[in-house]
Amino acid sequence: MEKTPKWIDVGLIPLLNLLIAFVISGIVVLLIGENPVQAIKVMVDGALGSPYGWGYTLFYATNFIFTGLAVAVAYHASQFNIGGEGQATLGGLGVALVCLAFPWPHWSIALLAAMIGGALFGAAWAAIPAYLQAKRGSHIVITTIMFNFIGASLLNYMLVNVLRPRGSMDPATARFANSTHLPTFHDMPLIGQFFGKSVPANISFFIAVLACFLVWGLIWRTRLGYAIRAFGRSESAARYAGISPVKIVMAAMLISGGLAGLMAINNVMGTGHRLVLNSVEGAGFIGIAVALMGRNHPFGVFLAALLFGFLYQGGGELALETTIPRELITVIQALVILFTGAFDNMLRAPIESFFVARSKAKKEA
Amino acid sequence: MDFATIIELLDSAVRLGTPLLLACLAGLFSERAGIFDIGLEGKMLMAAFFSGAVAAVTGSAWLGLVAGIGGAMSLTLVHGLASITFRGNQLISGVAVNFLASGFTVLIAQSWFHQGGRTPQLSGNARFEPITLPGADAVKDVPVIGQIYNNLLSGHTILVYVAFAMVPLTWWVLFRTRFGLRLRAVGENPESVDTAGVSVIRLRYTAVAITGVLSGLAGTYLATGLAAGFVKEMTAGRGYIALAALIFAKWRPVPALGATMLFGLLEAISNRYPNIDLGVVNLPIQFMQAVPYILTVVILAGFIGKAIPPRAGGQPYVKER
Repeated sequence: MEKTPKWIDVGLIPLLNLLIAFVISGIVVLLIGENPVQAIKVMVDGALGSPYGWGYTLFYATNFIFTGLAVAVAYHASQFNIGGEGQATLGGLGVALVCLAFPWPHWSIALLAAMIGGALFGAAWAAIPAYLQAKRGSHIVITTIMFNFIGASLLNYMLVNVLRPRGSMDPATARFANSTHLPTFHDMPLIGQFFGKSVPANISFFIAVLACFLVWGLIWRTRLGYAIRAFGRSESAARYAGISPVKIVMAAMLISGGLAGLMAINNVMGTGHRLVLNSVEGAGFIGIAVALMGRNHPFGVFLAALLFGFLYQGGGELALETTIPRELITVIQALVILFTGAFDNMLRAPIESFFVARSKAKKEA
Repeated sequence: MDFATIIELLDSAVRLGTPLLLACLAGLFSERAGIFDIGLEGKMLMAAFFSGAVAAVTGSAWLGLVAGIGGAMSLTLVHGLASITFRGNQLISGVAVNFLASGFTVLIAQSWFHQGGRTPQLSGNARFEPITLPGADAVKDVPVIGQIYNNLLSGHTILVYVAFAMVPLTWWVLFRTRFGLRLRAVGENPESVDTAGVSVIRLRYTAVAITGVLSGLAGTYLATGLAAGFVKEMTAGRGYIALAALIFAKWRPVPALGATMLFGLLEAISNRYPNIDLGVVNLPIQFMQAVPYILTVVILAGFIGKAIPPRAGGQPYVKER
């Protein structure tokens, strides 16, 4: 069988799909009576035109790297983890509990403990759907959707009835001690001079980048990663090769949930300094778009997360400077999911058959 | 709790359960034909917006209904293209549909009405008004039966009665007509339908079109019956609860009625009694809100009777050559 060149599979087709998504978004902007070119200019200026903009873009990208990796790892085991939102919510709870539990002497120790807390809570929230899928065949997509809602209710209960400081009306935890505040880009040597004090991007960004390398190593350089990929390609072949489906589904989903939970070191510990309702703000769902766009490869996820970080920050600026609401970003996100995910065959089938025909013609000539 | 309170609770359960019932039956047609639909939420939202918007502009709830069905249909077409024609991943397509609706409705609402993503308040003919059943006033003082007739059965909008009528109709179509037999077959074993010379593609498109109409009704009821106008994210997870009810009902129409009314009742109870003190434990409102989702997970886990989805669900059909 002829194969299409790799650059088409991971380069051309995703880019074309992205282009279609943007063109349609542009038409939508035209329809609501705004100028798409002007809109792009505002977004680029707002997200990339200043260190301030970059600080926000990279902050959002950090969230999306974690949730994108979470979706990608599960996807390699052919599990569609749609529960990143709930897992990140619970991760926030884990991080908050760790930060509040103990008067941490230094942020670095607090960060290590919070990472363990966030990852454990996130993984725990993925564990039940994973177990039910592996042992009882309950469809993981439905159970993880249900767990998103259960997680939101649980967090609501914890904030309102348990963690809310006495006398406060806000459904939020107490503020974390100053010693747990993570260094932002402003506090760092070398780059600190470029970034202002209010920039939210923090050390979590580098942890997210590190996570990309670790996930790459896990999937393509370890025994477990091989088993995950083998299982994802063909369950029956993997079973024949002695790979336990229960073990693989559990392992992939726990890692996935842990990665989603880790996001909380960025949005809860890095900037909020307390846990509030809905601190995840849909980042768990954006992870789906990021993983699809990045074709489930950590480097692709990194690039796609940057793109969505740009869209998110640019969308915020758009809402400030024009009459276009920031929901435009939700539409773009939906179109990216639609074209790179569900409509993937629309371009792939004709392009692939074109290249197969061409390479055949070359051989014959 | 006296009798009148119970009637009131049941009455509001019917109101709150109706959009769930319509959405649940919508999902039933699609999933029975082998097309998973986690985009019910988005279709309802789109219908809610277009019905609210058109009803506000024209002052007619009926035109709103047409627009609502049209809005839901447009997303159904997207989902159908993705999952039937392009053989894409139906779950991913459903996710996309939900986000598309969530963003698009606010974007257009803001552009048309400039009210922060909502439509103007609807009143008069722009809303579906409650219908008083014949003789309801006359019997309202008759104890028990009169109260039930006047307060529970009478006084709903036409869409509520349509929703209830859809239950036996769905049952009849699915289990007593040739179309229904083929629809169920295409969700279990599309090859057999194809072998019999019936078009799988056409059957599946017909099924998702019915889904579009019913989810359009569900969204229209939200914006023009239950509430008076569209507000941002007004479906508030109802599409997912309907999905939960569908699993709870094991993809059957009559149990779907039971499941959606149960979930409607749960919502009615938690609206009326935020905290329920059972003496031993105090059930917080957050728990009540999570009950439909928890029940669904329990059912899916197969601890109380196993829920088995249609066998060909989620798989695109590739015709043999």
